[in-house]
Amino acid sequence: MLSKRIVVCLDIKEGRTTKGVKFKDNVPVGDPVEMARRYYDEGADEIVFYDITASAESRQIVIDLVDQVARQIFIPLTVGGGIRTVEDMRRVLLAGAEKVSINTAAVKNPQLIADGARAFGSQSVILGMDAKWVGPSEKIPSGYEVWINGGRTPTGIDALWWAREAERLGAGEICLNSIDADGTQEGYELRITRMISEAVSIPVVASGGAGVPEHLFEVLTEGKADAALIASMVHYGLYSISEIKEYLARKGVKVRRVW
Amino acid sequence: MIAILDYEAGNLTSVKRALDYLGYRSYITSRPEEVLKAERLIFPGVGAAGEAMENLKRKGLDEALREFFQSGRPLLGICLGVQIIFTESEEDGARCLGLLRGRVVRFPIPLLDTDGNPLKVPHMGWNGVRPQREHPLFQGMDPAAEFYFVHSYYPQPEDPGVIIGVTDYGIDFPSAIAHENLWAVQFHPEKSGRPGLRMLDNFCRWRP
Repeated sequence: MLSKRIVVCLDIKEGRTTKGVKFKDNVPVGDPVEMARRYYDEGADEIVFYDITASAESRQIVIDLVDQVARQIFIPLTVGGGIRTVEDMRRVLLAGAEKVSINTAAVKNPQLIADGARAFGSQSVILGMDAKWVGPSEKIPSGYEVWINGGRTPTGIDALWWAREAERLGAGEICLNSIDADGTQEGYELRITRMISEAVSIPVVASGGAGVPEHLFEVLTEGKADAALIASMVHYGLYSISEIKEYLARKGVKVRRVW
Repeated sequence: MIAILDYEAGNLTSVKRALDYLGYRSYITSRPEEVLKAERLIFPGVGAAGEAMENLKRKGLDEALREFFQSGRPLLGICLGVQIIFTESEEDGARCLGLLRGRVVRFPIPLLDTDGNPLKVPHMGWNGVRPQREHPLFQGMDPAAEFYFVHSYYPQPEDPGVIIGVTDYGIDFPSAIAHENLWAVQFHPEKSGRPGLRMLDNFCRWRP
């Protein structure tokens, strides 16, 4: 049977991994190539490089990084941050990434999802979505609104509607980040995760809020997520991926063991 | 040298990188004469069967693949590569290469796990492959090893004897096929960590 995946996210700034709280106050935590290598050895199922500066120069740095990592790590790699065109997608995929994650650019130009899926296959196009609880309204029936520009700008778009629309356009997966939970280490936002996972037939990766292994258990069972994204938990050395996987396996969640 | 067949069906650089890592020399090509010069051939690929077949035909690569298969040299299909070797695919109703007799079908709807919960299609992520018999493809591999899958269709060979590995996703489906000099797998060994590298290494060393 299919295993639940643990995805490790490395936020990249000026060639270093950083970590912030609620999208702010980023501090460097290490060398991304070394970190990716260690997580691969420990049993990470996927690695995401997220370019948080998303400038023209930083994009080249991330591409070089992916190229180095893809020569020594043989699990799916995802690149996100600042990807605006099919040509941007092509460059990161050719550097060795398996998937690209698009967020702000997909909201501004939904056709980018369809174009990317046609050019590279749906499996390569992930919709990244930052959702924030604003309460139900006529315009936002689910109560969760999509925010863009790294969680700074509200869009007036309902998160649940956008998830279904992205699937229809050809996204192969949704990475759902809760702005309210991000960086708090107090647990994932289970409600929105479950709502979206039940509404689409493509896999949903839950992001934002993981602090202890219990949080992954909750989101992979009650939250119905197919995968859980983690960062701080492992970056600060509080837990290793193997510890988290052993915990999940003991609780009856099927996870991949490393051989 | 190992040729990696380029028929505009996805990213081939990860297969090349895995072979580089293992120390095997390889080249990516879309020319029939370059394909036929190779000692071994890998044809990876993602996407739709119909479009892939059109690309192969347009470049004369369908004939090159048949000729390579008949020459008895080792041949490995990956993902879409395991699908286009059969007679036909439900996806776009495509006529495929017909190296082996059988059909490619979509996961049934609804697809349920043992507790009755609906399963998502595409089947995406890590899953096991249960060997159906001893085969050099599995050499040195733990039977509990998992591999990375991304697909909505799977092969149904007419001859069950060619199925060497089976995967459980709501139903048991054939995920590893072998017949004479041909191996084909539904998963991506180049993205499957150490067991995947081991499988590629097994293929590169194998003498039919």
